[in-house]
Amino acid sequence: MLAYIIRRVIYAIPILIGVNLITFALFFVVNKPDDMARMQLGFKHVQQADIDKWKQAHGYDKPLFYNRAPTEGNAFTDTVFFVKSVRLFAFDFGNADDGRNITQDISERMWPSLAIAIPVFIVSLLLNITFALIIAFFRASYVDYMGVVTCVILMSISSLFYIIGGQYLISKLLHLVPISGYSADLDTATKFLILPVIIGIVGGIGAGTRWYRTIFLEEISKDYVRTARAKGLSERLVLFRHVLKNALVPILTGVVAVIPLLFMGSLILESFFGIPGLGSYTIDAIRSQDFAIVRAMVFLGSVLYIIGLILTDISYTMVDPRIRLGVR
Amino acid sequence: MYSIWCRRFPETGKREHDRVRQYRDNHNKVKAVKTTQLSNNKVHVVTILLVAILMAACKEGLWNNPYPQQDRIANTLYSSFDERPKHLDPAQSYAANEIAITGQIYEPPLQYHFLKRPYELEPLVAERMPSVVYLGKLGNVLPHDSPLDAIAYSVYEIRIQQGVNYQPHPAFAKNENGEFHYLNLAQHELENVFTLADFEHQGTRELIANDFVYEIKRLAHPRLYSPIFGLMTEYIVGLKPFGEQLKRADQKLRKLQGEDAFLDLNKYELEGVEVVDRYTYRIKIQGKYPQFLYWLAMPFFAPIPPEADRFYSQAGMVKKNLTLDWYPVGTGPYMLTENNPNLQMILERNPNFRGEAYPSEGSADDRENGFLSDAGRALPFVDKVVYSLEKENIPRWNKFLQGYYDASGIASDSFDQAISFNGQQEAGLSDDMRQKGVKLSTAVGTTTFYMGFNMRDDVVGGDSERARKLRRAIAIAIDYEEQISIFRNGRGIPAQGPVPPGIFGYQEGKQGINPYVYDWVDGKPRRKSIEEARELLAQAGYANGRDGKTGKSLVLYFDTSATGPDAKASLDWLRKQFKKLGIQLLIRSTDYNRFQDKIRKGTAQIFQWGWNADYPDPENFLFLLYGPNAKVDEDGANSANYRNKEFDRLFEKMKNMENSPKRQKIIDKMVNIARRDGPWVWGFHPKQFSLYQSWYGNAKPNLMANNTLKYKTIDPQLRAELREQWNKPIIWPMVSIGVVLLLALIPAFVSYYKKSRIKGLA
Repeated sequence: MLAYIIRRVIYAIPILIGVNLITFALFFVVNKPDDMARMQLGFKHVQQADIDKWKQAHGYDKPLFYNRAPTEGNAFTDTVFFVKSVRLFAFDFGNADDGRNITQDISERMWPSLAIAIPVFIVSLLLNITFALIIAFFRASYVDYMGVVTCVILMSISSLFYIIGGQYLISKLLHLVPISGYSADLDTATKFLILPVIIGIVGGIGAGTRWYRTIFLEEISKDYVRTARAKGLSERLVLFRHVLKNALVPILTGVVAVIPLLFMGSLILESFFGIPGLGSYTIDAIRSQDFAIVRAMVFLGSVLYIIGLILTDISYTMVDPRIRLGVR
Repeated sequence: MYSIWCRRFPETGKREHDRVRQYRDNHNKVKAVKTTQLSNNKVHVVTILLVAILMAACKEGLWNNPYPQQDRIANTLYSSFDERPKHLDPAQSYAANEIAITGQIYEPPLQYHFLKRPYELEPLVAERMPSVVYLGKLGNVLPHDSPLDAIAYSVYEIRIQQGVNYQPHPAFAKNENGEFHYLNLAQHELENVFTLADFEHQGTRELIANDFVYEIKRLAHPRLYSPIFGLMTEYIVGLKPFGEQLKRADQKLRKLQGEDAFLDLNKYELEGVEVVDRYTYRIKIQGKYPQFLYWLAMPFFAPIPPEADRFYSQAGMVKKNLTLDWYPVGTGPYMLTENNPNLQMILERNPNFRGEAYPSEGSADDRENGFLSDAGRALPFVDKVVYSLEKENIPRWNKFLQGYYDASGIASDSFDQAISFNGQQEAGLSDDMRQKGVKLSTAVGTTTFYMGFNMRDDVVGGDSERARKLRRAIAIAIDYEEQISIFRNGRGIPAQGPVPPGIFGYQEGKQGINPYVYDWVDGKPRRKSIEEARELLAQAGYANGRDGKTGKSLVLYFDTSATGPDAKASLDWLRKQFKKLGIQLLIRSTDYNRFQDKIRKGTAQIFQWGWNADYPDPENFLFLLYGPNAKVDEDGANSANYRNKEFDRLFEKMKNMENSPKRQKIIDKMVNIARRDGPWVWGFHPKQFSLYQSWYGNAKPNLMANNTLKYKTIDPQLRAELREQWNKPIIWPMVSIGVVLLLALIPAFVSYYKKSRIKGLA
């Protein structure tokens, strides 16, 4: 397994270089270094000399990919792309264009994101699986039909509606929790987090339950389930002891891969509830043309995604003894 | 299994059956008792939990209160910000959301009088208004009425107040030997430091003239990016070579001592700035530039103690985001005690504040509105200001309605809820707002939004009579009254020229209207008829919107950065305005970078832009039409690339004059030239609507001052009472929903029970 993991990590390097290259190209197609300087310096009274000074100080005065007259290094290394990219691979994200340290910002903002994402993830997973099992248990009954209809209705509603509706009903009309805000203090954090967490869970129930229901129904139709029933096992035991266990592989495929990405946060949820997480960090950076943050977050997202996929592969070996990683 | 065994051994089975039944009955009884006990335990746990939650809720007061309960009647003002400030360093910050913070912390020499209109400068930390001496080329002193071209330099002498102290800050902390505690920190000493509060010692010191000089030098600092450095090199003598000198010195220093090396600006002399004595300094300006006084009211010219600069320059500080850009050090009424721009920024009363009194001069209206009730009282009134990050309009507005924000603007989606119009189309508060005791304050902004024609364009630009008539026809056709009504909820007034109300040079009434677009009818301006516009268009050679020479439809292009569904309605409206003349308007939407690029290169034909006053002087608006300030050739702010020799000559004469009837006459002439040539369709001046809670006092809008927080008052007791009245928790709907959900589960449980029994029997 170790060899497999090492191989996957080595495969990740060209992927990360590619992602970085694409991010770089896309960003600079839309934003020129002059535009970035103007965005940081403001649009009034700024002169070309101010822009040139900013670009020089932030390393944007070099050519993007190829330097015909390099002052340091060679034609490829004395470029914006090389200088800005090479430090990423050492996880040195440097400073944002407004001077703030990106690593420090990420380490501060990931906790509020996790404070929402982890409970939403765990409770959603448990609830969705439970609901799916219940629906599967009552398949072809009124519970099944009602459950599916409810799931489709829940899926059809925009997440924005849940947020605005939830804030309107729970916070504005009933005055039960604050409309928005956040506290790092555990005593008071609950009242700020409970509504976004509930909305995060409710918003995902429809899609989650239907997805797991499909998996369970597929498993239920298999031979081993028929055998289990034939030997007299109750439906409850059939579902929880056999079907659930065998359905774990497709469940893990979808679940483990997203675990590392949890700390990237949720843009809309955090924005409406005033949660100071990472959800809006990248979007804000794109708006303010802060390439340092954009490249750092895209890079980090790619790394986490790769980690997620490796973890998924590892988790397969845990739930299915037939799977062996790295064995040909 | 049990039933199979009974069938195999009927006799023994019967006895066994009885025994087992007895056992099962006993077992069921025990189980029932256990279940009952368990259920009782569960009930107890749930009850205890519910009681605990209710007790916690009661203890915490209002359930939806986002602030700590202990601050219930604190003298704290609650506000919000929707975008985190980029810079709080006075040399770098210029955006409105940045100055809203820095304006309360840093004190430049001058400020705007809070109540007087038109806006008037007065000393802040300056002891008196700066004196100015005009010098000739040889350095000879000239009389004040000398001709402009004779004046080579202006020297401003600024005397500051004595006994002004900085806020408590670790940079000033000294030990018993008089040595600084924290100016030579080793790396390990920063290990457990994450905010300024983590430094044990704090100190202060008196404000001196050198601190102001130090800040002016910082405008040229090679590691800072002041947005006004380029502009100030044109005025402050020697600033440009000083910047180059610093750049060379910095490069050398960093090579020798590394990236974190401290560049001590006190070691370098700037020709145009001089410390006269401990409390006096001078600034030498090229030529005559009376508007320089306005710059002295901005944080760019506020004092910075060199110790603070040295403190933040130490290795390891930047990695922890401990910089002057994020932790300001000032002498103002407030100091930033918490800076988490992702969540909350907190200003608290500066215990070392020198003391300042609420103004006692104001108009009769001010007295009538209670703005003079606090005259002579010591400032600031509020102890603490909490700014919370609120990115979305809906939660911000709802929190205002619940009393958790003390003031609010009005977003378009909540406008109808807040404002209603009477029969005379005058805006007033809606019934809901009046019942809550909310107060409305309106003010026409010192801002202008205009539609510009690129004067270099072959069709709409140029100085020909044909082009002028075409522009004039378009100016009449675009009905800004309608646009303000539809898209701005009536929040604006149509512009008659480039100068907005509240700025010297603006003319009210009949003499102030643009005669090329409006007639004066029944005591108010009335837009000329569309027939007159069509007539002008025909005279321009485009009868019914067709080119008289080619017979083709006239097609014009509108460049904009507005995209998406929100912009569609207003762009459709604009197309309709041109269609009234038979002109086809093509919209070229693009992103803001491309849009700016087009303006810079002069490839846009018609565009929309705006300008917000830096200072209340007509020069700050009329320079937008000054030829040598053209965008294409000079990268200036004259986006229309308008050039008129007479206008430019008058501008040069007017720009350095003191406000006087003579200056007014020149401005009138300039405005008339611009109206005649029409490089802009004079769009509108926006009107600001602000709402204040009943407990909020001294809410007079001052659109030029950025340090008005110190004048605001709060009645915390009234606020606490009203919040409690408005936010009582309502529990029964949630309980009802819970009961309904439980009831809905009963059939499922019944079905499950039946199903499991069937399986069991099977």
